[in-house]
Amino acid sequence: MDLSLSTETVGDRTVVRVGGEIDVYTAPKLREQLVELVNDGSYHLVVDMEGVDFLDSTGLGVLVGGLKRVRAHEGSLRLVCNQERILKIFRITGLTKVFPIHTSVEDAVQATD
Amino acid sequence: MATVELLFSALPEHVRTARLVAAAVARRAGVDEAVLDELRLAVGEACSRAVGLHISNGVTSPVRVVLIEDEKKFSIEVGDDAPGPSAAALAAARGASGDPGSSVPAQDDGGADGEDDMGLAVISGLVDDVEVTADESGGLIRMSWPTTPAHVLS
Repeated sequence: MDLSLSTETVGDRTVVRVGGEIDVYTAPKLREQLVELVNDGSYHLVVDMEGVDFLDSTGLGVLVGGLKRVRAHEGSLRLVCNQERILKIFRITGLTKVFPIHTSVEDAVQATD
Repeated sequence: MATVELLFSALPEHVRTARLVAAAVARRAGVDEAVLDELRLAVGEACSRAVGLHISNGVTSPVRVVLIEDEKKFSIEVGDDAPGPSAAALAAARGASGDPGSSVPAQDDGGADGEDDMGLAVISGLVDDVEVTADESGGLIRMSWPTTPAHVLS
């Protein structure tokens, strides 16, 4: 399965819906999407991972890179994920303390620091 | 001892194939369904790392994956032909995973070295029985999982 990406603007947030597998082959596409959004001035991103079947450390690297980019503009990058097998990867790498992880897009869009 | 061996050119698009093959053989060998997701992730990390090492070192030989079915365990060996101090990298990754959340991993999103460390950190977090060795001729990651022998007929 390939990677699917779509974006939607909700208020001042941009929701990126990701589907499929994020790995060493597909992660560059996600990186391009995040870089493009930040370059276009979208600094508050919500990455919806509910459609993601597989995530590896390459994908984590891209998300960390996205976080660095939005933080450079005082922005935010929030994740939406309820899948235990995906959440486990964030836990074992300690990244649950780095990314705000929400249970729904609505929750993430309304969240403030 | 039954084995399945897979050789693939060091290209990112083949890593998924390696994951699928490893998971299929592991399932047949009787590895618990509950750990197949972890196994798939671990073998993908090991293969991604090997592919990255081959590409960055200009190594043209294929990446090797050996799937070994023993009586009580299922082992996966992922071998690369890139010279490098992988054991030291694993020790560093272990140190990092022992103190989770202390900081954002110090890497750029395009940095192969940071991803290499994070890949090893994920492997050491996922797999209880893992061994990383390396010398001037290449590196090898050995991982194993217990199997349930009664499962082999399915």
